[in-house]
Amino acid sequence: MAVTEVKAGIYAAGIDPEQIAGRIKEQFPEQVIEVTNHRDQVSVIIKKDQSVAILRYLHDDPHLSFDHLQDLTAVDWSGKKEARFEVVYNLLSTKYRHRIRIKAQVPENNPQIGSVVPIWAGANWHERECYDLFGIGFVGHPDLRRILMPEDWEGYPLRKDYPLKGPDFEKDWPGFVEVVKRSQELKEFEWDD
Amino acid sequence: MLDTSATGLVQVEEDTRILPPNLIVTSFDKIVNWGRLSSIWPMTFGLACCAIEMMAVGASHYDFDRFGVIFRGSPRQSDCVIVAGTVTKKMVPVIRRVYDQMPDPRYVIAVGSCACTGGIFKTYSTVQGVGTFLPVDVYVPGCPPRPETFLEGVMLLQEKIRKEQARWSPWR
Repeated sequence: MAVTEVKAGIYAAGIDPEQIAGRIKEQFPEQVIEVTNHRDQVSVIIKKDQSVAILRYLHDDPHLSFDHLQDLTAVDWSGKKEARFEVVYNLLSTKYRHRIRIKAQVPENNPQIGSVVPIWAGANWHERECYDLFGIGFVGHPDLRRILMPEDWEGYPLRKDYPLKGPDFEKDWPGFVEVVKRSQELKEFEWDD
Repeated sequence: MLDTSATGLVQVEEDTRILPPNLIVTSFDKIVNWGRLSSIWPMTFGLACCAIEMMAVGASHYDFDRFGVIFRGSPRQSDCVIVAGTVTKKMVPVIRRVYDQMPDPRYVIAVGSCACTGGIFKTYSTVQGVGTFLPVDVYVPGCPPRPETFLEGVMLLQEKIRKEQARWSPWR
């Protein structure tokens, strides 16, 4: 039991995630759509309009203190949910060691959501990845460019309607098509027994 | 063919005769090809897990140096490029440029399922084999290949070089 006491001395007691979800509901009653609990992992599904304010509240509130954005990603629910995209924030408080997951709904016709880089600087590359692969714009991001795909790539590959095997060769990324065509032109200079 | 029985020349293999102690008569093809195949200096192009296997082959246990294979960091000093790993479309211009910078004679070894055919990655971002944009001499299958397979690939390339004819000639 001694170990437990030492730990309790270092870390303040966390709040039950259901209660955290309750606090978000209290603060932003209009914004919360649903609270789900799957195997003790609590997710709060919110509207995107006030998402930055909600996340700012979770970060700044001294009793919540979510100082660590563990992951930021997106889900394409094409044809399965009304709002096509969900941007998912996994939050952890290193002080209280409690966690919560926030999912913000983003519609297909206007895939824009506020950037959380001012709150967690580490969100920079995560948001760029989301933009690169899902085409979700993060308003207020300092440097919203593609991060993995070539900068002149067309389309957003992780969307469900993107062809898995990519576009046809002629419509493929120009950098690749150009090299393949040039290599065919240079074939006559290759050694052939 | 000259009758050399009276000159003291000893035939050690086809087209190669030795006059003991130190005169060798052979064809130009043979001596050039022998020189080339005995010191293949590959440019490493490790892209994925196959690169780890390539490092293992280069290290002391399997020891590429036994075959005169010494890894080079520069395409200008190498005879051969070993493409080991998954080739993405974004990487294609880089590989082609490195290949174009190599002096002739130059060879390509594609190592691993991904470099040979795209492997399990039949997706938007992966090239379905480096053969689409490079003239590959040896395909080494495996995911990743064992070091022994790696060595076999290099020895197959040596056999290929051994059979070349007049690649040294400016009129070829």
